Amino acid sequence: MSLLSASGVDYSIDRIAILKAIDFRLEAGELVGLIGPNGAGKSSLLRLLAGVEVPERGDIRLDGETLSRISPQQRARGLGYLVQGAQAYWPFSVEKVVGLGRIPYQKWWRQSNAEDESKITRAMQMTETLAYRNRIVTTLSGGEQTLVMLARIFATENRVILADEPVAALDPYHQLHVMEILRQHASEQRAAVVVLHDLSLAARYCDRLYLLSHGELDSSGGVAEVLTRANIARVYGVDSQVECNEQGASVVPLQRISDHHP
Amino acid sequence: MSLKAVDARLLNAALLVALLAVLALVLNVGAVDIDLRKALGDAWRQHTSIESLILLDIRLPRALLAALVGATLGLAGAALQGLLRNPLAEPGIIGVSNGAALGAVIVFYYGLAGFAWFVLPLAGLLGALLAVLFIFLLVGPSRSTVTLILAGIAINAVGGALIALALNFAASPYAMQEILFWLLGSVANRSFNEVSIALPFMLLGWGMMLYCGRFLNALTLGEETASSLGFDVARLRLVLILGVAASVGAAVAVAGNIGFIGLVVPHLVRPLVAYEPRRLLLASGLVGAILLLLADIAVQSLSTTSEMKLGVITALVGAPFFLLLILRSRNALQ
Repeated sequence: MSLLSASGVDYSIDRIAILKAIDFRLEAGELVGLIGPNGAGKSSLLRLLAGVEVPERGDIRLDGETLSRISPQQRARGLGYLVQGAQAYWPFSVEKVVGLGRIPYQKWWRQSNAEDESKITRAMQMTETLAYRNRIVTTLSGGEQTLVMLARIFATENRVILADEPVAALDPYHQLHVMEILRQHASEQRAAVVVLHDLSLAARYCDRLYLLSHGELDSSGGVAEVLTRANIARVYGVDSQVECNEQGASVVPLQRISDHHP
Repeated sequence: MSLKAVDARLLNAALLVALLAVLALVLNVGAVDIDLRKALGDAWRQHTSIESLILLDIRLPRALLAALVGATLGLAGAALQGLLRNPLAEPGIIGVSNGAALGAVIVFYYGLAGFAWFVLPLAGLLGALLAVLFIFLLVGPSRSTVTLILAGIAINAVGGALIALALNFAASPYAMQEILFWLLGSVANRSFNEVSIALPFMLLGWGMMLYCGRFLNALTLGEETASSLGFDVARLRLVLILGVAASVGAAVAVAGNIGFIGLVVPHLVRPLVAYEPRRLLLASGLVGAILLLLADIAVQSLSTTSEMKLGVITALVGAPFFLLLILRSRNALQ
C-alpha cells in the first residue's frame, strides 16, 4: 500500500481544467519530484495531495484512507505542506514560527509543554537554525527563512513532506542544503514530494519523477526514463544536453525550439 | 519555555489589576462629589440613599459599559487585524458599526426612542445583524479575504449614506442634534438595562473571537499553511466575523461609534505579546477596557457646561497617538 496516492484526479478552477486524470503514488522511503513547465499543474497537484484543496473527481489516499475522510487534525499530523515562498506576516521569532508546527497536537486553550519544546529544538537542530532561534524571521535571508519553514514542518514530525519549489531563489549552498534535508527525511517509513524547476537537482536527489504538461501526466518513472532529451524537448520546448553520471544526471538547456507552442 | 508562559499570565494579571484599579477610580468621578464609603455601606445594607443611588444607578452602569465597550473594541480590533493580517484593520471595517449606527439613527429619525428603553439598542443590534447578512450575501461562496474587505467597505458606505440622508431630512434641529450626539459615542446616562442587553452578545462575540486564537497564530504563515495545519479556514473566518459582528454590534448599539480604540490598542499591545495574534486578543481586550475608562474619566473631568463625547476624546487622543506608533514601529512591520 502506498503511503500517499492519487488515482484519476480531475481538478478545475472556474471551470478551467487544471489537472486531468492524474495518477500518482508515493512509497515509504521515496523522494519524488514533480517537474514540468510553468502552469503545468504541479502546485495544484501538491495542494490536492496536501488536502488544502479537494479534487473534483478521483481519490487521494493517505495510508489507504481517503484524505477528505480523515479529520483535519489527523491529516495535519500526517502531511506537512511547505507553500511556495512561505513567509511570516508578523515579526515572529524563529522559535515561535517553528512552534506553529506543534499546533496539530495542541488543544485550543493549551500552551506548549515540555514535549513540544523538545520537538521544536530538535527540528531547529535538524535544519541548523538553532543558532538564530531568537531572531525575527522576517529579518533573515531567503535561504535561512526556507530552512526555518522546513523546521516548522519537522516540528510536526509528519511522515510525508510536500514542498512547493523550496529551492527557488536560493543560492547553490542553500539549494543543496534543503535538498539534503529532504533526502534525509525520505527514509524508512517517511517520504517527500518536491516541486522543482532545476532538472539537475531533480535528477540528483529524486528517486522518481512525474513530468506534468498542461495538467496531464506526460511521463513518470526513474530519472533516466523521464529526463530524456526527447521528453524535455516535447514538454518544455527547449533543446538540451542531458548527461548521465554517477550523481544522477545533469541537464543543460541549450536553446528554445522555435516551432514549439506551449 | 515556562518563562514565557508565566510572562503571558503575568501580563494579563497585571492588566487585570490595572483594570480593577481604573474601575475603582472611575467610580470616584462624577458630576457631584459623593462619599464613596457611605455609598458602598448604604448599598451593602440595601438602604437607599442619594449616595448609593448615584453609585449603583449612575456610576456603576456607566463604568461597566465603558469597560465592556472598550474591551469589545480592543478585542475585535486585534481579531480583525489578525484575520486580515493587516495592521490597518479596525472593527468598523466589516460594516457592522455603521449598520448598528444606522439602526439607531432610524429610531431617532422617527422619534421612537422614547417608546421604551430597549427600542434604541435593539434597533442597533438589528442594524448590525442586517449588515452582516448583506456582507455574506455579497461575498457569497468566495473565499477571498479581499472580497470580504471590499464588501465591508461597501456596506459601510451604504450605511454612511443612509445616515447622511437621515441627517439631511431630520424633522427638527433638535432631532438632528440628537442623532449627531449619539453618533459621536458616549456611555453617559446609561443604566443596567443597556448593560444587560449588550452583555450577552458581547460575551458570545468574545468567546467566538478567543476561540479563533490558535487559528490566528497559524494564519501568520498564510491561509494555505493554516489549512494544512488542520484548520477549516472558511469556517473559522465565519466564526471570527460573526464574533466581531455580535460584540461590536452590541457595543455600537448601546454606546454609539467610538473610534480608534479598536485600531490603536492592538498596536500598543503587540510588542508586549511578541506579536503573537492569539495572546494579543485577551491583552487587547483588557487594554481597550482600561483606555476607554480613562477616556471616560477625562470626559467627565473636562466637561463643564455641555458634556464632551467619548468618541471625540478617543479620536482626539487616538489619532496623533496612532501617528506616533506608526513612526516608531514602521521598521518592525517590514
